[in-house]
Amino acid sequence: MIELVAQNIGPVMFICVMAMLLLGYPVAFTLAAGGLIFFFIGVELSMFAPDEIRLFPNLLAANANRTFDVMRNEVLLAIPFFTFMGLILERSRMAEDLLDTIGQLFGPLRGGLAIAVIIVGGLLGATTGVVAASVIAMGLISLPIMMRYGYNRTVATGTIAAAGTLAQIVPPSLVLIVMSDQLGRSVGDMYIGALYPALMIMGMYCAYIAALTLIQPKWVPALPPETRTLGGGIVSLFAMIILSVAIHYAGMNVLYAGMSYENRFVASATTATVFALGASLINRQFKLGLISRLTERVIIVLIPPLALIFLVLGTIFLGIATPTEGGAMGATGALILALIKRRLTLKTLKQALDSTTKLTAFVMFILIGARVFGLTFYGINGHIWIKELLLSLPGGETGFLVVVTVIVFILGCFLDFFEIAFIVVPLLVAPAEALGIDLIWLGIILGINLQTSFLTPPFGFALFYLRSIAPRNDWDDEVTGERIKGIETMQIYRGVLPYIAIQFIAIMVVIFYPRIVTHYRDDVPTIDLDNVQIELPALGGQDGGGNPIGLPGIGGPGLPGLQLAPLGGPPSAGDADGGTPAPAPAFGLPPLDLDDPPPTGR
Amino acid sequence: MSALLRVSAGIDAVNTFIGRSVSWLILIAVLVSAGNATIRKIFDNSSNAWLELQWYLYGAVFMLAASYTLLRNEHVRIDVATSAFSKRARDWIDLFGHIFFLMPFCLIMVWISWPFFWVSYTTREISVNASGLILWPAKFLVLAGFVLLTFQGVSEIIKRVAVIAGTIDDPTAEHELPPIIEEMESAADLEDRMKHK
Repeated sequence: MIELVAQNIGPVMFICVMAMLLLGYPVAFTLAAGGLIFFFIGVELSMFAPDEIRLFPNLLAANANRTFDVMRNEVLLAIPFFTFMGLILERSRMAEDLLDTIGQLFGPLRGGLAIAVIIVGGLLGATTGVVAASVIAMGLISLPIMMRYGYNRTVATGTIAAAGTLAQIVPPSLVLIVMSDQLGRSVGDMYIGALYPALMIMGMYCAYIAALTLIQPKWVPALPPETRTLGGGIVSLFAMIILSVAIHYAGMNVLYAGMSYENRFVASATTATVFALGASLINRQFKLGLISRLTERVIIVLIPPLALIFLVLGTIFLGIATPTEGGAMGATGALILALIKRRLTLKTLKQALDSTTKLTAFVMFILIGARVFGLTFYGINGHIWIKELLLSLPGGETGFLVVVTVIVFILGCFLDFFEIAFIVVPLLVAPAEALGIDLIWLGIILGINLQTSFLTPPFGFALFYLRSIAPRNDWDDEVTGERIKGIETMQIYRGVLPYIAIQFIAIMVVIFYPRIVTHYRDDVPTIDLDNVQIELPALGGQDGGGNPIGLPGIGGPGLPGLQLAPLGGPPSAGDADGGTPAPAPAFGLPPLDLDDPPPTGR
Repeated sequence: MSALLRVSAGIDAVNTFIGRSVSWLILIAVLVSAGNATIRKIFDNSSNAWLELQWYLYGAVFMLAASYTLLRNEHVRIDVATSAFSKRARDWIDLFGHIFFLMPFCLIMVWISWPFFWVSYTTREISVNASGLILWPAKFLVLAGFVLLTFQGVSEIIKRVAVIAGTIDDPTAEHELPPIIEEMESAADLEDRMKHK
């Protein structure tokens, strides 16, 4: 009996810890406790199954160093930076200005307001990655307007929630950062890989709205002309766009021809932007009337998000900043923007810092808990059990991806994406590599999956966010004075269903047409992934995972190419595979102090 | 009981102070990181010390604020199965979790991170990166974080026992919505934003 348990301790541990998590005690501590309990059980049982269980008392001390590794992981610094940026940006009300203006631009078209919401969702997603901020801002502004002019409530609520989740898949999203960290790939590649799928999803959302304008035109009415307080004047907008692009090209080829490509690009883009902004400001100041008020407004409100996108994504793609530093640049930009708009008070700043602190503390502690869990789980060959389980699936590569999609989708209905990323994703690396699956590709598929999980009732976060700001009770509209009915929760749920279907189609497209992601390899001189990874140390001055446990030799045979892999992921396999006290003394731990059984063992 | 509750209140006060204070380090880390990238680009000059300072600061934030986050009940839970339980049952689950999950974890971590820190301190270990910083303060953060978390665990146990015994009303924040939303909603200007639009 004991032998049976000992030999199957992997599955036993997995199921027990999952059951413990369902108790509803904080995830971080439950995971850690599960890891520790099974550590001691494993040590006791190791004599019954010496092949499976490679735990020994001294290994416990490795947890201190593993916690330290979580701390020195430079990639994860992006989490507080982007969160802080998103919170400050929400306060600066950039989203409001964007929606007001872009809504006026598209409003007169049928379905135009919904399309404006999708575009603004994408723009907000490209500046920061905080779904809550996007959904709140768009829900506050667009929902009342859509209701006022007779939009169908399910379409309106579904569109706002779905557009808000774009922040999760449009770079620089936190999902992509955490995913590349867990998969051991460079964040830059993940961003390049996500670019086309994200645009494709936005396109599909717009196509859905366009289809509605044909099938159910009454659901997505055009706004009446009197709402266009900025007037018409599309011609001058096109003229300005053409002029700015021309200036950019002139800059690239004539003005700054002597500079390196990156500097040339930056200088030309800046010149063109400054020109457009300057023209609009002068036009406004002196009432020249050269360009229409609409054009003027569009340019002025588009400058802050475009500047932020440049600060974040531009600096990352041009190699000026690491993704982490891009987050810091963006946060600084958001602070400056909020200062200029006089929306930054000491209270706002304190509140944003306080929220960021608590969010990062719980996220990082889930990761620490997952690392404690991982030490035991890999030490009892649990990862091999999972790998064999997943590899025994029929259908090879496609079968694996479809099953993973379904599992993550179901888990995503109940779990936060951080939990999935830290607990589930590391387990997928080994089987995926055995099947020869490109990990960036896998990461994007998982990313779209996790984005979808924000939309799935009843636990989708975007739905929570929208519910919390959508009025439940009837209200009187300010403009028309009409009585408008409150929004029912079921209407929100029904509204997101078409978008969940779109997400599924998008996942299938990415699975069956991998080129949409794997083109990222074309952008680097060689396809050799090892070369791609070396870019990270060059940018960050440190290796991507910051994980010294993955030092050569300990990774062991059979795990080639995993040496640079991230925290919580394959290196755990590495140090467990090492199976010797080597990791502990290597970090200056005195093995002698650790010979006693730990206190709880007594 | 009242003496214990005073101890608990003392721990809460200290951890709140620490949690609120370290949050400013995020702002410093943002400025250091953005500044470092800019200076590296413009003056082609950078030092590993600046890079390391960033994760030192971040490490200080999340290690030292974990206890504050616990105090504010903002460590995420999977409450799909238990949200329908009575308040009393959830109180017992919390007490059970504090005693059998949280405390052993914290005590073991304190116990193993002491030698981890001490060896680094006595050998004056320095980061292997060129011009890197000394390492022991960073390793000290691991120890300090788990010591604070242990104390907060004691405080939470005291409060939970008092709540179950009916001595005090539940002081812990209940979150119906994700906390980040609650905080955004609590922003002073949300009311007039909703009215205005």
